[in-house]
Amino acid sequence: MNATEERPNPDSLLESIKQEELNAQKGKLKIFFGMCAGVGKTYTMLEAAQTAKRDGVDVVVGLVETHKRKETEELLEGLEQIPLKEIEYRGTIFKETDLDAILKRKPKLVIIDELAHTNIPGSRHVKRFQDVFEILNNGIDVYTTLNVQHIESRAETVRQITGSVIRETVPDSVFEKADEVELVDITPDELLKRLSEGKVYAPERSKQAVQNFFRKGNLTALREMALRMTAERVDWQLRDYKTEKRIDAIWKSSQRFMVAVSPSPYSADLIRWTRRLAYSMETSWLAVYVESGQRISEENRELIQKNFNLARELGAEIITVSDKDVVGALIKAAKENNVTQIIVGKTREKKFLKLAGHHDIVERLIKNSGDIDVYIVGGDKKDEGNISWKNYLRFQSSWLRYQLAMLIVLIVGIFCYTVYKDIGYQTVSLLFLLTVSLMPLFNFGPGPTFIAALLSALSWNFFFIPPQYTFHIYKVEDALMFVMYFIVAIVTGFLTARIRSQEIFVKQREKRTNALYNLTKDLSAANDLNEVAEVSVKNITQHFDVDVILFLLNQEKKISPASHLASTFSIDDGEWRIAQWAYLNKQKCGMFTNTLPLAVATYYPLNSLRNSLGVLGIRTKNDQQLLFDQQVLLDTFIAQITTTLEREYLNELAKESLVVSESEKLYKTLFNSISHELKTPITTIISAASSFNSEENLKNENFVKRILKEINIAAERLNRLVENLLDMARLESGVLKLKSDWHDISDLIYGAVNRLKNELTNHKLTIEIQKEIKLFKFDYGLMEQALINILHNSVTYTKEGSEILINVKTENDSCVISIADNGSGFTVETLPKLFQKFYRVPQTKTGGTGLGLSIAKGFIEAHKGSVKAENRETGGAIFTIKLPMN
Amino acid sequence: MNIKPTIVVIDDEPQIRKILRITLEAQDYKVVEAATAKDGIVQAGTAHPNLIILDLGLPDQDGLELLKELRSWNGVPVIILSVRNSEEDIVTALDNGADDYLTKPFNTAELLARIRASLRRTQQSNESSFANGSLTVDFVSHVVKKNIEEIKLTNTEYSLLLLFIKNIGKVLTHRFILKEIWGPSYFEQTQYLRVFIGQLRKKIEDDASEPRMILTESGVGYRMILLK
Repeated sequence: MNATEERPNPDSLLESIKQEELNAQKGKLKIFFGMCAGVGKTYTMLEAAQTAKRDGVDVVVGLVETHKRKETEELLEGLEQIPLKEIEYRGTIFKETDLDAILKRKPKLVIIDELAHTNIPGSRHVKRFQDVFEILNNGIDVYTTLNVQHIESRAETVRQITGSVIRETVPDSVFEKADEVELVDITPDELLKRLSEGKVYAPERSKQAVQNFFRKGNLTALREMALRMTAERVDWQLRDYKTEKRIDAIWKSSQRFMVAVSPSPYSADLIRWTRRLAYSMETSWLAVYVESGQRISEENRELIQKNFNLARELGAEIITVSDKDVVGALIKAAKENNVTQIIVGKTREKKFLKLAGHHDIVERLIKNSGDIDVYIVGGDKKDEGNISWKNYLRFQSSWLRYQLAMLIVLIVGIFCYTVYKDIGYQTVSLLFLLTVSLMPLFNFGPGPTFIAALLSALSWNFFFIPPQYTFHIYKVEDALMFVMYFIVAIVTGFLTARIRSQEIFVKQREKRTNALYNLTKDLSAANDLNEVAEVSVKNITQHFDVDVILFLLNQEKKISPASHLASTFSIDDGEWRIAQWAYLNKQKCGMFTNTLPLAVATYYPLNSLRNSLGVLGIRTKNDQQLLFDQQVLLDTFIAQITTTLEREYLNELAKESLVVSESEKLYKTLFNSISHELKTPITTIISAASSFNSEENLKNENFVKRILKEINIAAERLNRLVENLLDMARLESGVLKLKSDWHDISDLIYGAVNRLKNELTNHKLTIEIQKEIKLFKFDYGLMEQALINILHNSVTYTKEGSEILINVKTENDSCVISIADNGSGFTVETLPKLFQKFYRVPQTKTGGTGLGLSIAKGFIEAHKGSVKAENRETGGAIFTIKLPMN
Repeated sequence: MNIKPTIVVIDDEPQIRKILRITLEAQDYKVVEAATAKDGIVQAGTAHPNLIILDLGLPDQDGLELLKELRSWNGVPVIILSVRNSEEDIVTALDNGADDYLTKPFNTAELLARIRASLRRTQQSNESSFANGSLTVDFVSHVVKKNIEEIKLTNTEYSLLLLFIKNIGKVLTHRFILKEIWGPSYFEQTQYLRVFIGQLRKKIEDDASEPRMILTESGVGYRMILLK
């Protein structure tokens, strides 16, 4: 056997492992699935819950509808119930699952009945299944019940079979995402028997139910549907299992479907049809909408939005493309996405549209599709498709334009009436035609133009063509001319319509391109997070005419209620929690969404690949939902902004790690220099002291003297180092307290010099102190240490025999002490880092920790003074200390 | 041998140089100081030292680099005097040709003893026998005696003993011994070495569990001490 055949595809294996890992963190969803009410789903579910409880599982009941069935109610006994939340809506109190209470209680398993339920407005989510998903995301298992008619893709079929419209639906993906589905099945006969026994509904309702919904034919159909869905699922599971167990003999099909979405209710059926096909053939599918620049009415826009949401819920990948040529765009999108089959509905275009240059989209699609298969699915009778002639005439022009057009025709008509005897009635037609042809140039839409054409044709006939004041035409050439006139005028009108719509389309596209270009340009110019935020808010408010609120991660990589300063509106605490929900759940929520729709704004999480980077809230003016294409653009905006934000966050991260590595370097330097600094004097002392172990050495008086001196020097050096370290610690701890008192500056100078007299022996020191210098108030100990450190620095970094000059004078109530030398001065690189902790001039001779000057600076600044280092013009370095009087 | 032995001290710390100068001059050595590696190389070449004391942390070049450079043309004994005290540093220095290694802070007497041992090795004459404590070795007849009693050594044990005698007072790294006795391919076989050292100690030491002649330098190697 060939080894490669046995080996499972690594990608698919990885996929199944990933899926498993993801599932491990999440709670498990078990659906008790049935064909309709009354089959005993709730009963079975509660039995399972009781079993789980006996097994020691922490079970609570979130919500159970017993429908007052006795057997069911008995099963509830002994199970902990989370009290329902009461929500007032229009004066009535409704009871709903208390989502927060469940999350707070955090059981292992929660029982929630009727997955397809729609929550009362005011609840967090619109649908109960969203509640369930949030619970699952928190690692809690859920048992729930579901009827087949509530599944989105089956709802329409159920309507066709039973005639009742199903309003409460759940997306198919919910059913697919369930970890376990248990089919609760009884035969229709048995169900009917139970119904008649009053076990499902109260007797009088039962009768009604049997006549309407619960007819045997219906039940059989529903049962078949439920059985098939479960069977399909089992089939899927088997394949998943095979992948997991490396029995990967079956290759996933390489097919890919694409359904064209249009603003038609029938389009929804088409989407469901595609989904079923894709599901049974195990392929991915996408829904595409081509914006062709045609005018779309408000209702149609909503329909498109609805269809798109449906497709998204059913698991399609969503694509929108902009192109005037619908067919070309569809084929291009199909090729770009490796689509093998395109699904379109049968169109019912009017014949006259063909005259106006429209060919049947389906025909053209088939002609141009090449390798791609095209499925044409028949539509329902209930809708005629919406591309009707009305759409071509109900243009955007206002009534005023129509009136104006009619007025112009009237004026031209009156003018012609006065002169037609001189110019002849044929010329009048030319004048009318000129008027109609000129109208589009003056911004008259196709509607008014069309009306003008019609009106002028009729008035020409009525007032000018003999016999006048009748619509009769005697002469053949007149009739011919009238028809020609009419056609030319109408064609002009339609051509204008097309040109106009193209113009609008191009303009819109240009506007969008420009908006995106501006955003991208601004974003790329932004230097830090704040600028990115400002630029984002500015671009969104400008282009969409909305208010924006922005929450970004703070220093601790957490989101906080303090919105970014660039935000154009603010929100209260409750609203903030909604924004936070979007961040935590990485899902859009708020107004116009299915989650927390009562919010004042829509909140978009800024999701990058790894995590959420913040939340962007959009509040539209007058609470109008953004138009469809605007929303698509907004999504692009947000994606762009998120990418930029991520870039900035990564930049900051990189900077931080740089700081960390810098500090590691610092630590190493510190460690090396301190260990060197500590060990040198200790070495000296130990070796010197140990040399006294020899009697011979002890007797040598000269030797003893020299050694003792070395021990003394080493001990002083050690002491200085320890003092420096302690001083640094005091400065760092921030508890440095000044013991200020009045002191003589010259005392300070001579004191410091005296303490450094050993080091200063080989330098020429000059001290100049201004006469009659005032007393200053300072902490003597600290200032002396500061001075010693600076002076020691000068001694260390100049050659033996160099000159050091200390000058003291007063200047504007400050004492200015300068310490100058004639050494080599500082290099350009050294100067700015001089007072940094642990900074040491590179390639300098040994000794020193790089602490001295930074301590000096700290002490002087504690006195509200300042110190700076410069190069002298005459060569060498100069330190200038300024100490204020007070 | 009335000429004073010259010792070059290469250390960047003036204080250390000073204390070394005082102690060494008291022992009648001539001391030449060098504060940098560059100066150190010059002094090693021009001052004709009998021994070099070298610090590893020099401002212009690592002492180890200097040692390698020095070893390429000069065999003068080098004692490393450094604050670096990890076994790794010590082994590296010894493998790169250092004769001995002392960590700072050091004991003066210890340093002087090591200096004497190193100097003695270079002055070793072609004596035909060796004595250390109760142990005597006749190089001509290969007879090893302990308290006049002859002891039998295997060829390997004898070679090992000779290696220690030749390098008396000096720390021999595991690698060095393995290479010398067993050849370059046995670099890593330290367990061999442990076994043979144990056997040798049983035969020549008074108490093998408390060796006084062949000492263990933990993590580095072994050293034979000249007993008084």
